[in-house]
Amino acid sequence: MVYADNAATTKMSRTAVAAMLPCMEETWGNASSLYGFGQKAKEALEAARAKVAACLGASPGGIYFTSGGSEADNQAIISAAHLGAKKGKKHIISTAFEHHAVLHTLKKLEQEGFEVELLDVHENGRVSAGEVSAAIRGDTALVTIMYANNEIGSVQPIAEIGAVCRERKVLFHTDAVQAAGHLPIDVQKQNIDMLSLSGHKFHGPKGVGVLYARTGIPLENLIEGGAQERGKRGGTENVPAIVGMAAALEEACAHMDENMAKVQALRDKLIGGLRRIPHSVLNGDEKHRLPGNVSFCFEGIEGESLLLLLDDKGICASSGSACTSGSLDPSHVLLAIGRPHEVAHGSLRLSLSEENTEAEVEEILRAVPEVVEYLRGISPLWKDKVIGKREFLLPESYR
Amino acid sequence: MALYSEKVMDHFRNPRNVGSIENADGIGEVGNAKCGDIMKIYLKIDDDIVSDVKFETFGCGSAIASSSMATELIKGKPVSEALTLTNKAVTEALDGLPAHKLHCSVLAEEAIRAAVEDYHSRHSAGTGA
Ligand SMILES: Cc1ncc(COP(=O)(O)O)c(C=O)c1O
Ligand SMILES: [Zn+2]
Repeated sequence: MVYADNAATTKMSRTAVAAMLPCMEETWGNASSLYGFGQKAKEALEAARAKVAACLGASPGGIYFTSGGSEADNQAIISAAHLGAKKGKKHIISTAFEHHAVLHTLKKLEQEGFEVELLDVHENGRVSAGEVSAAIRGDTALVTIMYANNEIGSVQPIAEIGAVCRERKVLFHTDAVQAAGHLPIDVQKQNIDMLSLSGHKFHGPKGVGVLYARTGIPLENLIEGGAQERGKRGGTENVPAIVGMAAALEEACAHMDENMAKVQALRDKLIGGLRRIPHSVLNGDEKHRLPGNVSFCFEGIEGESLLLLLDDKGICASSGSACTSGSLDPSHVLLAIGRPHEVAHGSLRLSLSEENTEAEVEEILRAVPEVVEYLRGISPLWKDKVIGKREFLLPESYR
Repeated sequence: MALYSEKVMDHFRNPRNVGSIENADGIGEVGNAKCGDIMKIYLKIDDDIVSDVKFETFGCGSAIASSSMATELIKGKPVSEALTLTNKAVTEALDGLPAHKLHCSVLAEEAIRAAVEDYHSRHSAGTGA
């Protein structure tokens, strides 16, 4: 099997698994218990907090463990919005291609009377600090912009956007779920007030994540309960998962440079090969791009059938076509960068990790053109384009 | 559990009757590129019998499998019977489809009806003149 869907989830690293086992077999007590056995779990929990903080350039007091990236996004945005509302600020700035954990939370806030402004991300999938600055108003409560996009891999100028927000005294949250462990993060240097990450995107366990909030930002509870996480998130901590995530993040950050070099080389080889397919287009900025992200649209075919045939060849990938999303519209991300519906249906995302090999990339490069050609061969849409009855929407050879 | 039944995957992987017919007696095309599914059906009709049928489809696994199964169900049948093919019959023959994929089998039913209607309109135009 060639696993090329690391943006969906990653395989757990041995380091992460090894870190988790003792938490299940030895120090399995409740971190809130006062006897020594429980306190051992508490120690493991706090050591994990310190590790995560170090990876983000944060203080441990700003780290809150959650059930994943979605919860962290929800809590960050709701907390900042309600904090702003107390001062009469009910304007929120974001982008049109955020993850649904962000967009659906913003929808809910709109129903509460907040005004949400979604910035255009342009064809390359980027916003500039200048555009953010121009959108900030006296009543802006929050700017929330993702660090790197999960579908098309474009990376935002986070430090610049953070600087603008800091200067204008507006809270800045970033969904760094796809960036954490893959790109450098320093919440101080990058002027980040709040940040979300998720354990399973960097070889840690699923169902665990982090919300970072700068000291002084009061969080609103999504889950009421005990005094865990300084009273900001009730529920007995999932110590094994938290410890596994911290170990995975520490490992990813320690090897970031070498992993990045390796994965980027594989990515560029894959992009170089796939763009030879006629009437195709790379999605997302070529330079400001996640090291492992390859996202294409191929004209005249539909993404789900592409994925099924790749699966038959042992390749795990993903698509933003309507038929893979379960709705009638293709991915909001591809529509946000201006891809016509028809083109957006024919999308393919391959996301690599340092565990992928050059031989696997070559295997993908043999399989994809073959499958695209086959599907075009049975597509009436493609045929009409070839005979000139319909127009091609993408140029024949790469721009 | 897999997304699709074995039957669906079989028809998706090895679609029957894929291609086109030159000088077809009836052609039907339904769906649109915006929605991500287009089906085109070609019919050859002799003595009111569907003697040959081919399809071309732009769409998901369910759309391709539905087209394939629908062509199998009407091949060799009287035109009047082809007209009564329902998406339910196509879905059942495929051992079911996920709920959000049922619209793809509806397209197969519609494409066949459009092709038969095309045949009828050509036919009546031809004999009427
Ligand atoms: C950008 C982004 N944000 C948020 C999430 C949600 O993370 P989780 O699955 O941990 O809730 C994901 C994961 O798919 C993501 O890619
Ligand atoms: Zn479909």
